[in-house]
Amino acid sequence: MIAYIIRRVLYAIPILIGINILTFVLFFVVNSPDDMARMNLGMKRVTPEAVESWKAERGYDKPLLYNAARQGTAQLTDTIFFQKSLKLFQFEFGVSDSDRDIGYDISQRMWPSLAIAVPVLLVGLLVNITYALLIAFFRATYIDTWSVVLCVVMMSISGLFYIIGGQYLVSKLLHLVPISGYDTGFAAIKFLILPVLIGVVGGIGAGTRWYRTLFLEEINRDYVRTARAKGLSETVVLFRHVLKNAMIPILTGVVVVLPLLFMGSLITESFFGIPGLGSYTIDAINRQDFAIVRAMVFLGSVLYIIGLLLTDISYTLVDPRVRLS
Amino acid sequence: MARREWSSATNAGRVVGLLFAVLLLLALSGCGERAWNAPHPTREANSNTLFSSFSERPKHLDPARSYAANEYAFIAQIYEPPLQYHFLKRPYQLVPLAAGQVPVPQLIDRAGNPLPADAPADQVAFSDYEIRIKPDMRYQPHPALAKDADGAYRYHRLTEEQLQGVNILADFPETGTREATAEDFIYQIKRLANPRLHSPIASIMGEYIVGFNEFGRELVDAGGNGDFIDLRQYRMAGVTQLDRYRFKVRLRGKYPQFVYWLAMTFFAPMPWEADLFYSQPGMDKRNINLNWYPIGTGPFMLAENNPNLRMVLSRNPNFHGEAYPTEGEPEDGENGMLDDAGKPLPLIDKAVYSLEKEVIPRWNKFLQGYYDTSGVSSDSFDQAVRFGTGGEANLTQEMQERNIQLATAVETSIFYLGFNMADPVIGGDSEENRYLRQAISIAVNFEEYISIFLNGRGVVAHGPLPVGIFGSRQSSDQSPEGINPVVYDMENGRPRRKSLQEARALMAKAGYPNGKSAKTGRPLVLNYESASAGPDSKAQLNWMRKQLNQLGIQLVIRATDYNRFQEKLRKGTGQLFMFGWNADYPDPENFLFLLYGPNGKVEHAGENAVNYDNPEFNALFDRMKNMENSPQRQQIIDRMVDILRHDAPWIWGFYPKSFSLYHDWYGNVKPNLMANNTLKYKRVDPGTRNANQQSWNPPIVWPLNLLLLLLLASTVPAVLVYRRHERSAAR
Repeated sequence: MIAYIIRRVLYAIPILIGINILTFVLFFVVNSPDDMARMNLGMKRVTPEAVESWKAERGYDKPLLYNAARQGTAQLTDTIFFQKSLKLFQFEFGVSDSDRDIGYDISQRMWPSLAIAVPVLLVGLLVNITYALLIAFFRATYIDTWSVVLCVVMMSISGLFYIIGGQYLVSKLLHLVPISGYDTGFAAIKFLILPVLIGVVGGIGAGTRWYRTLFLEEINRDYVRTARAKGLSETVVLFRHVLKNAMIPILTGVVVVLPLLFMGSLITESFFGIPGLGSYTIDAINRQDFAIVRAMVFLGSVLYIIGLLLTDISYTLVDPRVRLS
Repeated sequence: MARREWSSATNAGRVVGLLFAVLLLLALSGCGERAWNAPHPTREANSNTLFSSFSERPKHLDPARSYAANEYAFIAQIYEPPLQYHFLKRPYQLVPLAAGQVPVPQLIDRAGNPLPADAPADQVAFSDYEIRIKPDMRYQPHPALAKDADGAYRYHRLTEEQLQGVNILADFPETGTREATAEDFIYQIKRLANPRLHSPIASIMGEYIVGFNEFGRELVDAGGNGDFIDLRQYRMAGVTQLDRYRFKVRLRGKYPQFVYWLAMTFFAPMPWEADLFYSQPGMDKRNINLNWYPIGTGPFMLAENNPNLRMVLSRNPNFHGEAYPTEGEPEDGENGMLDDAGKPLPLIDKAVYSLEKEVIPRWNKFLQGYYDTSGVSSDSFDQAVRFGTGGEANLTQEMQERNIQLATAVETSIFYLGFNMADPVIGGDSEENRYLRQAISIAVNFEEYISIFLNGRGVVAHGPLPVGIFGSRQSSDQSPEGINPVVYDMENGRPRRKSLQEARALMAKAGYPNGKSAKTGRPLVLNYESASAGPDSKAQLNWMRKQLNQLGIQLVIRATDYNRFQEKLRKGTGQLFMFGWNADYPDPENFLFLLYGPNGKVEHAGENAVNYDNPEFNALFDRMKNMENSPQRQQIIDRMVDILRHDAPWIWGFYPKSFSLYHDWYGNVKPNLMANNTLKYKRVDPGTRNANQQSWNPPIVWPLNLLLLLLLASTVPAVLVYRRHERSAAR
């Protein structure tokens, strides 16, 4: 397995370089270093000298990908791409274009993101699995039919609708929790109830349908018929056999998203004023802060690769038949 | 066996339910008697604290760099420049803040002889501003000023080990203070010249302050690779310390607008200790620098700096003291604006600003009473404001029931439709093109624009100078000078927009009868540059197209992003575009320079975005800019505005009108569009606020109970079906 992991890590390097190049090209197709300088220096009384000076200080005065003025390897290394990207592989994210340390900001902002993402994942899993089991139990009845209809309706509604509707109903009409905001420690709980609730409710449609499919697939297998033939009750069949075997795709599906929980939710964090990494990324895009955008895309890619690797490993843990080679 | 499995599942459900209940109790336990949806801690809500919001993280809090309104909202309460604007008096009037009095420049000729104050500008070689600052102004408690028992600075030689565990400024246990002196003001002027800091006013100060540019070059030569440079060791020729409380700034020529700059935080004192403290290794890595942790002498200090969540200003214990103004406008007494006259400032202890990026939560929190004041977005405008038959803005019934108050003010800003004067079709000085611009000026109906797209929040402009700026003449003045005769006729004492027939006649004179070229017969096609391409702006762009279509002109919308839009302006490749300007200071020079030839954007990278260049206008501007406000200056301005109206390089557009709402427990609200340091005058009544918050936000729990009941009720048929299922034979 260790050889497999090493191989996967090595595979990740060209993938990350490719992602970096793609991010770099996409960003600079839209923004030039001059645009970035002007965005940071403000709208008024910006002189060309100030723009040049800003670029020179931050290394944006070099060519983007190829430096024809240099010789040898410097033609590739003395470029914005090389200078800005190499340190990412050492997880040195550098300083944002507004002079803040990105690594520090990420370390501060990942906790609020996790404070929402982890409860949404756990509570969502509990609710979705419970509901899916219930539907599976009442399969081929009106409960099943109407539940599927409900799930399709719920998954068809925009996430934004859940947020605005939830804020309107729970906070504005019923006055139960604050409409937005955040705090530290236990004081954060009252701010988290609504976004977590909305996150869970918003995920019920897609989640339940997915788990229902998994359960129904298992329910029709031979070992389930054997269990029933042994005289086991439906509850035992569902909880002990169906759920256990359906846990393999559930677990792998969950493991792959675990690292990405750090990245936060773009819309939820923005609407609820949660200072997480999702809103950090959105702000950076709006401000054309390439340093942060690049760091967040890189981090997201690394976490996604880790997630896929963990998924593969988790397969071997939950299903002894799987061997990594 | 089956029963045990079911039972364990049920137990697990109970445990989860119990946990949830405990969490909910924990969450709401802090609420006490307060409403459940209260976002602020009880102690803060009961204190003399103002609650407001900000929508965008400030970029810089360094007074040498900050130049945006959302940054000034914080630093103007912390830093004290020599001057400030009187809170109540109009027109805007400069009064001392850190200075003892408003400085009067001593004019000097080339031979070094003093000149009288009214000496013509061409005789003036230098202007000396002697500024005497108030004694006993002390800095807020700050670790940069902390000293040990031996009098040595406690945190000026920090090692990485000592910085372990330090994440924010408050992690330094000891603080100190000292008196602000003339040296600190000079130090800050030197910082403005430091090329590393990219001060937005470096270029303009370089034009005037003697030795400013040379000082900057000297610093570049000094290098330093980002290390601390003790600016005290370098001399700026035009800035001299006279004694502990006096310093002199020498300007080249005559520049009466300099006093307005002295009212901005760019000129607030900066202790060298802070510069040294923040430049130590390891500080930037922790985001501990002047950009995020100000140090000032003002009434407030930044007690909590979390730009991702909230910013808290608290009373500076070392504040030297200031009193609420005892004079104002005649109506201020009746409006209660002088009730606090003579009281020591600040009137509040703390101000909490929460980050609210979205309009809906911000608006709802204001309605719930959790923010003391709010702007009015387009989405909520109809809910808050309705216009009376006379066009006056009134609050809706819902707002009145909550005793919400409305404050409006015409901003010292202008939005205009610019013609690129460097363009051969629409620009230039030819009579035909002038007719074309005049015709378009008549056709683009900004009264309609204000009504449709701004909910009436604007005043149609007849010239470049907004209300409240010296030299401005408005249509409401009922004087002919207040009317743009190119676009309006005076009818019954009121301006009436000229008819489209008149505009079409001008089109014919321009060589485009019915919008078609008299020479080629082809329709006139113009390009409109827009920086907004989203669905929200589609209606505005269509409206603009329709306006020009009335003259037969085909308008091509070239929507792009803001970067490309700016690039087109810089290169002069656009034809028509909408642009704006917000006053730096209340002087006509700050608006008329937008049309001064040597300020052209294409040739000189200046702020004259339309590249207008009229020799007569330029000459008048050169005379006007150095004059004190006087009838002679007004006369010159009138002539300049006449030239502009005739040449029509802009369609004058509108002056935006700000609408802000505030609760009745929030006092001393008078819009002051020039002053940024008005927080110290504000008053809150926490008792009334708490009572209203309680009565407006009672928790309504019956829907939750109903939902629970429905869930319980739905389990009954489910259990019945389950039992029937279990008893049925295998299928």
